[in-house]
Amino acid sequence: MRVAVMSTCIGDAMFPEAVKATVRLLRRLGVTVEVPQAQTCCGQPMVNTGYLDEAVPLVRTFVSAFEGFDHVVVPSGSCAGSVRHQHGLVAARSGDAALADAVRQTSPRVLELSEFLVDVLGVVDVGAWFPHRVTYHPTCHSLRMLRVGDRPTRLLSAVGGIDLVPLPRAEECCGFGGTFAVKNADTSVAMGADKAAHVRSTGAEVLVTSDSSCLMHVGGLLSRGHAGIRTMHLAEVLAHTPDEGADGLDAADGTTSVAR
Amino acid sequence: MPPFPTAARAALGDAQLRRNLAHATGTIRAKRAAVIDELEDWEGLRQRAARTKDETLAHLDEHLLTLEASLTARGATVHWARDAADACRVVADVARAHGIRDVVKVKSMATQEIQLNETLAEQGISAWETDLAELIVQLGDDLPSHILVPAIHRNRTEIRDIFRDRMGAVGRAAPDGLTDDPAVLAGAARLHLREKFLSTRMAVSGANFAVADTGTLVVVESEGNGRMCLTLPEVLVSVVGIEKVVPTWSDLESFLTLLPRSSTGERMNPYTSTWSGVAPGDGPQEVHVVLLDNGRTKALADDFARQALRCIRCSACLNVCPVYERVGGHTYGSVYPGPIGAILNPLLKGVGQDPATDALPYASTLCGACGDVCPVAIDIPGILVHLRGKVVDAHRGDGLPKAEAVAMKAAAWGLGSAARLGLGERLLGAAAGLWRGSRAGTTRPVITRLPWPGSHWTRARDLPVPPRESFRAWWRRTGRDGGAS
Repeated sequence: MRVAVMSTCIGDAMFPEAVKATVRLLRRLGVTVEVPQAQTCCGQPMVNTGYLDEAVPLVRTFVSAFEGFDHVVVPSGSCAGSVRHQHGLVAARSGDAALADAVRQTSPRVLELSEFLVDVLGVVDVGAWFPHRVTYHPTCHSLRMLRVGDRPTRLLSAVGGIDLVPLPRAEECCGFGGTFAVKNADTSVAMGADKAAHVRSTGAEVLVTSDSSCLMHVGGLLSRGHAGIRTMHLAEVLAHTPDEGADGLDAADGTTSVAR
Repeated sequence: MPPFPTAARAALGDAQLRRNLAHATGTIRAKRAAVIDELEDWEGLRQRAARTKDETLAHLDEHLLTLEASLTARGATVHWARDAADACRVVADVARAHGIRDVVKVKSMATQEIQLNETLAEQGISAWETDLAELIVQLGDDLPSHILVPAIHRNRTEIRDIFRDRMGAVGRAAPDGLTDDPAVLAGAARLHLREKFLSTRMAVSGANFAVADTGTLVVVESEGNGRMCLTLPEVLVSVVGIEKVVPTWSDLESFLTLLPRSSTGERMNPYTSTWSGVAPGDGPQEVHVVLLDNGRTKALADDFARQALRCIRCSACLNVCPVYERVGGHTYGSVYPGPIGAILNPLLKGVGQDPATDALPYASTLCGACGDVCPVAIDIPGILVHLRGKVVDAHRGDGLPKAEAVAMKAAAWGLGSAARLGLGERLLGAAAGLWRGSRAGTTRPVITRLPWPGSHWTRARDLPVPPRESFRAWWRRTGRDGGAS
């Protein structure tokens, strides 16, 4: 089984700890991971803003970087959703039949991390240890584009020492929405502020999601509000084991906090 | 009307509006969810309805001709209206032919879309809304902000004030000592409206459905005011969008199951009125039906987005939309607000002409909640993205490209190859060093202030400082040989 990790452009540049954790976790579960160096971005920022022509070269780069793998694991519901649901449209628009064919071959093999763990590896307990009060925001694209269902919370529930508390109105969008966060900044912030208030109401120490973009948005609001709540990617929690320090928040380079 | 982001900014500052909207949409959302869970095969039902609509739209011309023939055979007069002006002219002509200065109205989205009340007023004809919420909006000299609940943005204290201050000027005044008790308010509206029903000789309605083979128009409503308007006056004019046609009577079954559950969270709507032309000695003795295009054939010409014409105006998408919940309906600048408005308005009007319409497809985070609840399975998020593409394409020939277009092209170029992305990340890491400074520690430093356009982000949100080493660089340094982190 040849498995590749898609680091995603935002994971690559802004949240490398989340991608490193994905690699660490998969290796611990016995998977030999490859990271094709030709990969860049799924093209979602362009597609969702209406620049479909501009996304064509990115789709081309994607398929050439990832073709031939049995599975491509993505620590992002949003990027996985973009590949599975938008690459076909972009390829069709380009009029390049060979590209459309390559997309048909590649995109169904692209899985969000929790889908790969539960459906392909067949594990729910990944042997993680994370003794903290945690709440989980289930990201819109994971929920409604990929239909990952309760896979992420099943994985989290099996983590040793964790105190997983439900998030009120969990299925409501955090308001990030890609360029929506800038084009409609006021509405985006209003939605995010309500999400942040729900997070605070749980008394959790850590907010976990499967998308770096939601983390960046809600984390940015929690940070500005001095909420004292960390944000972490699902992969970082699942990758954590007792021998990596009892606290789990020590290796905090990848988390957003209130220091300034 | 200012474009969405500007209008939203003003609406977000209205705390009372936010509370009213959150309460109302939350209540309807919960009711809807409960009655939908009762049905065994909701998904099958909505797919069946979607198929019916799609097949009808594919042969719309034939079904409309059948409808015209059936209605005419039953004594109705059918008019074809290319646009709003055509449709308004028909209504005004009918009123003038009978010397009528006042008409009562059944709540209708199509007549609001063509601004019938305003056009009639210019010609000295007064149109009186009889739906309770529409009455509140009309008396308050306001605009509707929700498809189903036009006065959703008002609370009952505001409604009491509107009734007390305005009713007397246009008919029977509100009783003295009016309170904000819902039953008292409804009583005042009932007395005010009854006077209108009994004294007005002409009514204007829309239709929820138009059955082609039987020539039957259908209106569903909750208050009984619609039934009064459809039976008491001598003359009835119904303005019907051409997408409202369904081929046969039995097609109504799935729609009359889907609509009330999706819109009001009821198993069945309280009043379903159907009428076919003229029945001698019973009800209106002159019936006109105006079949309205007003951009619908433009939408029909779009192979993918055509599915928006399946819409049965239930407003379920408004009630689940987190954007609508925070900014309200007026922000969309149209009688069709919320997610359906964000796609319907650009489809009916066309994109590339005015900034307010072009902003609508961007008034969504693409969270997908709207598409999930839609009873006729319209892929609203998909159409939003499709229309964004159309907006961008419409401006590709502009003399001076927008800053966004330049940024997107630059980003696409930078992300186009791994080498360019790697270089970009190294530059980002170096720049971030300026922010990072000497602050060391276990927590990640944040950026609190960026220049425009980054200021749109940092006005309310911190941004993590980009890390020293990207994942790509880390992998090259340690990862490929299987080393630990």
